[in-house]
Amino acid sequence: MAEASEVRPQAAPSAAALELGSLRAKKPRSLWSDAWRQFRKHRLAVASVFVLIFLTLATLLGPFVWTKDMALIDFSQSTQGVSLSHPMGTDDLGRDIFARILWGGRISLAVGVAAMAVAILLGTMLGALAGFFGGFTDSLLMRLTDMFISLPSLPLLLLTIYLFRDTLRDKIGPNLGPFLLIVGLIGVTNWMPVARLVRASFLSVKEKEFIEAANCIGATRSSIMFKHIMPNVLGPVIVAATLAVGSAIITESTLSFLGLGFPPDVPTWGQLLNTSVNFMEIAPHMVIFPALMIFLAVLAINYVGDGLRDALDPRKTTG
Amino acid sequence: MGRYIIRRILTAIPTLVLISMVIFSILALAPGDPLSDLALNPSVPPEVRQRIRENMGLDDPIPVQYGRWAQSLFTGEFGYSYRTRAPVIDLIKQRLPTTLYISGLAFLVSLLIAIPIGVLSAVKQYSVFDNIATTLAFIGFSLPTFATGLLFILLFTIKLDWLPSIYRSTVDGDGLGGLWERIRQAIMPVTVLALFQAATLMRYVRASMLENVHQDYVRTARSKGLTERAVISRHALRNALIPVVTIVALSLPGVITGAVVTEQIFRVPGMGDLLISSIRNNDTPVVMTITFLFAVLVVIFNLVADVIYGVLDPRIKYS
Repeated sequence: MAEASEVRPQAAPSAAALELGSLRAKKPRSLWSDAWRQFRKHRLAVASVFVLIFLTLATLLGPFVWTKDMALIDFSQSTQGVSLSHPMGTDDLGRDIFARILWGGRISLAVGVAAMAVAILLGTMLGALAGFFGGFTDSLLMRLTDMFISLPSLPLLLLTIYLFRDTLRDKIGPNLGPFLLIVGLIGVTNWMPVARLVRASFLSVKEKEFIEAANCIGATRSSIMFKHIMPNVLGPVIVAATLAVGSAIITESTLSFLGLGFPPDVPTWGQLLNTSVNFMEIAPHMVIFPALMIFLAVLAINYVGDGLRDALDPRKTTG
Repeated sequence: MGRYIIRRILTAIPTLVLISMVIFSILALAPGDPLSDLALNPSVPPEVRQRIRENMGLDDPIPVQYGRWAQSLFTGEFGYSYRTRAPVIDLIKQRLPTTLYISGLAFLVSLLIAIPIGVLSAVKQYSVFDNIATTLAFIGFSLPTFATGLLFILLFTIKLDWLPSIYRSTVDGDGLGGLWERIRQAIMPVTVLALFQAATLMRYVRASMLENVHQDYVRTARSKGLTERAVISRHALRNALIPVVTIVALSLPGVITGAVVTEQIFRVPGMGDLLISSIRNNDTPVVMTITFLFAVLVVIFNLVADVIYGVLDPRIKYS
């Protein structure tokens, strides 16, 4: 939010604007500052932002601070409970779970953000094209959207990952291959709601007078699309993007949990749960900590989305 | 209305054809070979393998293979499992009742939880009850089913030893004892699925109810002296449920595919379990049939949702 308000271009002050400015003692209130004001009222959302910042920093910098080797196998230490030297215990091979959670979190969070980016990019593009051009383009793209909605996503994800995982691993690399595959697939199966949302907003906004005005002064099609209509659609898209990160994290961990996500040596949170199943009785901490991390991350993301929805809804009065 | 339904069914057909093409091309592009096991078997000479390939039509061009597959699908012929040699339809008939039983029951339970809580929550907006209910719903859909499932097993099977964690299709004992055993083993899979579903549904019920309780017609009903109970249940709720019915119909296929995860956790021998094991076994005919069946379910329920919406809401006019 903060960056957005900084990069917002300031119009060159004309004489009239300067005059107005001198009349107005207070700083002008932009959409973003209003949104921020509203967002701050949602206490859980603000707390969630801090949780997310903490999680991101912990997974990014954590491995440098907590220097235990996440892949070090030590059978004498296997399935140990919580202790000072192992804050989250050890797994069946005696590896430190805390170190694995920190490492795996990087991947889980990265998958969430990257898959969101794919879905939002696809959805915004297709929705904008359909809404802006209308007619044949619109009905073709919407038919495509309907078809994608009818695809049974979980079975198809499982099937595609199973079939293509090994090939991609050989071609692109043991970590990057599955990552690209999973991110791409989650993105490709999740863009539809965004496309519908963007199309609907485009359809309603493009009939407004200010678009007519822009047309009259000879604005090009692309500048009308991106400069005039897009900013009006941004609010709902940002909310959808936030929630998409959460659902992508859930999908990735579901796939890894079913054993069809990342390979077993990549400790994403879902993968950690997958290995924990066989040791539940002797090592319940192997289940509890990864589950807690997934829950914490997704809950925080959803609360931020909720806060943003309230903040960016122009129908809400801002005080 | 009749014409609308017919047109709606006609538009569903190309969608199904497209979906079948997508599923078929994913498999056709995939590197796996159904006869890879035979290739490793030294007692099968290469010429025999070649003859099997020709018999199965594996070397025909892909469009020809697709045509053959689509034709047999249309005539209700689903082929034979590569692994067990049994007709695919028999395998599915074996597994389908369990899945329908678990997910149907879960769906019912979720409705029984979501509707009353959603209504109460909306009627008493911002009350303590509403705050607790919305927070729980938020937590509910931030916790993926596999995480809840594992935590349930930890608590109710390992800690308390109340419920079995494994679902068996053959339960020993007849009469009341057997029945109780059958209920007991279904409790956890059903609850896990139902809670997740209820969390999502409850938010829709609440939102839809909130839109209605402040409408003029509700005020009219109150001012003509109806009891609060009649106002809520006979006037507001009936209108509020219209969009909810659509959501319910749309989410039903999701509950069934969602069973893939719960079936893995509790080892329920249903469709999801069959899908996962067939994917692992490279059992193409079974995988394709199940994925296509899931797609058919989604398309059918989309159609049902549209039609129900038209029937329930007389304001919707079809031209």
